[in-house]
Amino acid sequence: MTTISHDESRTMVEPPAPPRPGAGEPRPYHFPAFESRTLSNGLRVIVAPVTKLPVVSVVAIVDAGAGTEPPERDGLASLTAKALLEGTTTRDGAALIEEAERLGGALDADADWDAATIKLTVLSERIAPALRLIGDVLRTPSFPEHEIERLKAERQAELLQLRAEPRGLADEMIERFVFSPNARYARPEGGSAASVDALRRAHVDAFYAARYQPDAITLIVVGNVTTSEIEGLAENVFGGWTGHAATASDAVLDTAAGDPPAIRIIRKPDAPQSEIRVGHAGLPRGHRDYFPVLIMNAILGGLFSSRINLNLREVHAYTYGAHSSYDWRRGAGPFAVNTAVQSNVTDAALREILLEITRIRADAVEPTELSLATSYLDGVFPIRYETASAIANALANLVIYGLPTDYYDQYRANVRAVTAVDVLTAARTHLDPARLQVVVVGDPEAVRGPLEGLGAGPVLVYDDTGKPL
Amino acid sequence: MSGLQWGVKGGYIGIMRIPIDTFRLPNGLFVTLSEDHTAPLVAVNLWYHVGSANERPGRTGFAHLFEHMLFQGSKNVGANEHFELIQRAGGTLNGSTWLDRTNYFETVPSNQLALALWLEADRMGRLLPAMTQVKLDTQRDVVKNERRWSIDNQPYGTCWERLQELAFPPTHPFHHSLIGSMEDLSAASLDDVARFFATYYTPDNAVLSIAGDFDPREARRLVTEYFGPIPRGGGVPPLPEMSVTPTFGTAPRMVVPDDVRLPRLFIAARTPTFGSEGSYVATVTAAILGLKNGSRLYRRLVRETQIAADATAGTFDLSKGTDLLMVDVTARPGIAAETLEAAVTAELDRLVRDGVTADEVERAVALLETEYVASLQSADTRADKLSMFATYFGNPALVNDQVDRYRAVTANAVSAFARERLGPDNRAQLLYVPQETQAAAA
Repeated sequence: MTTISHDESRTMVEPPAPPRPGAGEPRPYHFPAFESRTLSNGLRVIVAPVTKLPVVSVVAIVDAGAGTEPPERDGLASLTAKALLEGTTTRDGAALIEEAERLGGALDADADWDAATIKLTVLSERIAPALRLIGDVLRTPSFPEHEIERLKAERQAELLQLRAEPRGLADEMIERFVFSPNARYARPEGGSAASVDALRRAHVDAFYAARYQPDAITLIVVGNVTTSEIEGLAENVFGGWTGHAATASDAVLDTAAGDPPAIRIIRKPDAPQSEIRVGHAGLPRGHRDYFPVLIMNAILGGLFSSRINLNLREVHAYTYGAHSSYDWRRGAGPFAVNTAVQSNVTDAALREILLEITRIRADAVEPTELSLATSYLDGVFPIRYETASAIANALANLVIYGLPTDYYDQYRANVRAVTAVDVLTAARTHLDPARLQVVVVGDPEAVRGPLEGLGAGPVLVYDDTGKPL
Repeated sequence: MSGLQWGVKGGYIGIMRIPIDTFRLPNGLFVTLSEDHTAPLVAVNLWYHVGSANERPGRTGFAHLFEHMLFQGSKNVGANEHFELIQRAGGTLNGSTWLDRTNYFETVPSNQLALALWLEADRMGRLLPAMTQVKLDTQRDVVKNERRWSIDNQPYGTCWERLQELAFPPTHPFHHSLIGSMEDLSAASLDDVARFFATYYTPDNAVLSIAGDFDPREARRLVTEYFGPIPRGGGVPPLPEMSVTPTFGTAPRMVVPDDVRLPRLFIAARTPTFGSEGSYVATVTAAILGLKNGSRLYRRLVRETQIAADATAGTFDLSKGTDLLMVDVTARPGIAAETLEAAVTAELDRLVRDGVTADEVERAVALLETEYVASLQSADTRADKLSMFATYFGNPALVNDQVDRYRAVTANAVSAFARERLGPDNRAQLLYVPQETQAAAA
């Protein structure tokens, strides 16, 4: 047992408190300087020398995201990106991975909605062989059939696992129901079991030939390097490559669902918690209201001290955490509130979420709420870019979303300029209670009755593949 | 002006020196300082040498629940105000609880260093006046929901709890659940909070690290002013015996039917404690087995035979009693648990029988080296590692030795280690299989 007598004496001699300190004089910060140059074949090279430690991060982005897939080829963008690492004309996939890892870097390739990306971080001494490797991967992939079949099987395993993973399942289902069935965003980024099954090597070859061309590629290098060194290497590796990317498909990405609001329970018998998602289609990354919406969301559910988190977690203790977010994409990605609550408070938690969405549209936010959100996003800016890979990803976003070159120099001023009126306007313009769809992954026996009692729309029950029950 | 120093030679880092300055306050608080002025930000990191291992019987999960209470205010700080003040200052923050330590950390713009230190000092010195039954009840429910979210309602979510049960004997401080049982969480009282605070949250049981853009004289002055008046504690009760036999001697095995779609096998081996020479050999061995896609298990089981959907291995870096090397392999759809188990076992047997090549060691060390150096780009990681090495070994300068320690590992050492520690007498197996009711209910 512990010796209590001594311990108690300590708590009684409470040390005097020095006064709460104020802030000192802030020191200036500038987002790392970078240079952008386009090679004669159209391939763009962006270099940001950062000399803090001897590391370098490379991010190569290709305009070959899931948003550019041909119709009925869901999952092709991700499959093609991953297949890049399965071998080149001079070595097989195992040898390729071995080569990268002996350089100390784990090659990573995948595609999201807006781009295919190849990433590698190595010690800066090893940048030359690392860039040559990335060059080979982009220019001379061999796409062996058996490896493509393997990657398809891995995606099928992932989809199967998702059926039993409430968080991922809830994320997938809310997107299915906030978008129109013909919108690409209504279907999983990496493809469904059926669409992936139908993919063939010939589709990969054709997608690669159409999209992976020098004028659709940007090479971003950040770290302990010089601009001239990297530009020389890039010219060497990519210079002789010619070709033009085809026009991307004009697939419908983001049409919002036309259905009236409904509560959809995805059946998970005996679930101890309900995974809740509440959302609707949001707005594209390039929208002029980006900053007001960013601040509005921070106050609503973006920060720890946001309305939704303080309400659900700290006042009601319904959950470990509750958040809201906009998924920023080229098209209008989803806005969603997400939380997991004990099953017996599912209806109560949902009521509070809906109330908070209504409330932020009703009245201007308090000055202290606004200043918390703006001073946080303003102040945390330098902390976000401590690493070479974070800086490289930020530069990638400039290219992917067509943001101005001085975007990061203006970011903090743009955040600070948002007013309470802007926030209210953003909430009224971009949040719409009449369009909110609700997904609950949970136990219908426990939550169906109470949710019907809410009067927030019909309550429907589905299985874990989204089939109505 | 001092800062990070490094040089590169022949493809390797010749020197990499995180600058380190240390001092100790009369009340026992150990402080490490590490300057880097490349960006106007500073990380503050506190390690308290207490974790779930220090919990008394019937109070599993208390160390972590207590961590939540540290965000509920102190004498001069309101509930959740710590979060708000740091975020308003433009900072990030959190805390985490582990088997034998609890850490609290914030990264703030460098002109806000005083605020971060003052907040940490207020809760180290004056927590109890802010504690109420309502706050405890709320955080208890939050933590119960954290348990449901991260463990009970997640496929394979109980794996770490089960591994603790398998790998450590019932009387061992690492045997019981870190997040705790619902029953024990319900039993926690304000009296427990007061006792735990008085016993463990004392300056002489803590390490404070500051990394980034600060003036060392000013930092010393602030630390002395804010933390200096906090009285030393009465000594921490010693942990029960931590040492265990180097191998299990038997083959502990647990099969868990769960709401999962694919079988998943975890195999844990007892390995030398973190910081010992053998621990670096163990980490390199784990990397050869299961770090990234070029590792043995991934190549063989995911790429070639396609028995597995994923395969990884690593060590936990436990510094007391024993460390664990853990292999984690998930079956492909259609692959039976027995097939998976046989394939993983065959790979371990092959490693024990044939050892490894120098090339394999080189790949593993190169990856570990890049990962380590890249992680040090963040001030919060530097501060956390300084606190860790100071807490566990009284020597924060070990932060600068890690790459050399990995590089000193040879193929012979790995092969010998595999023979000693990865044989059938040192494999605790935890196997998750899809439960039958899934099909029955459909």
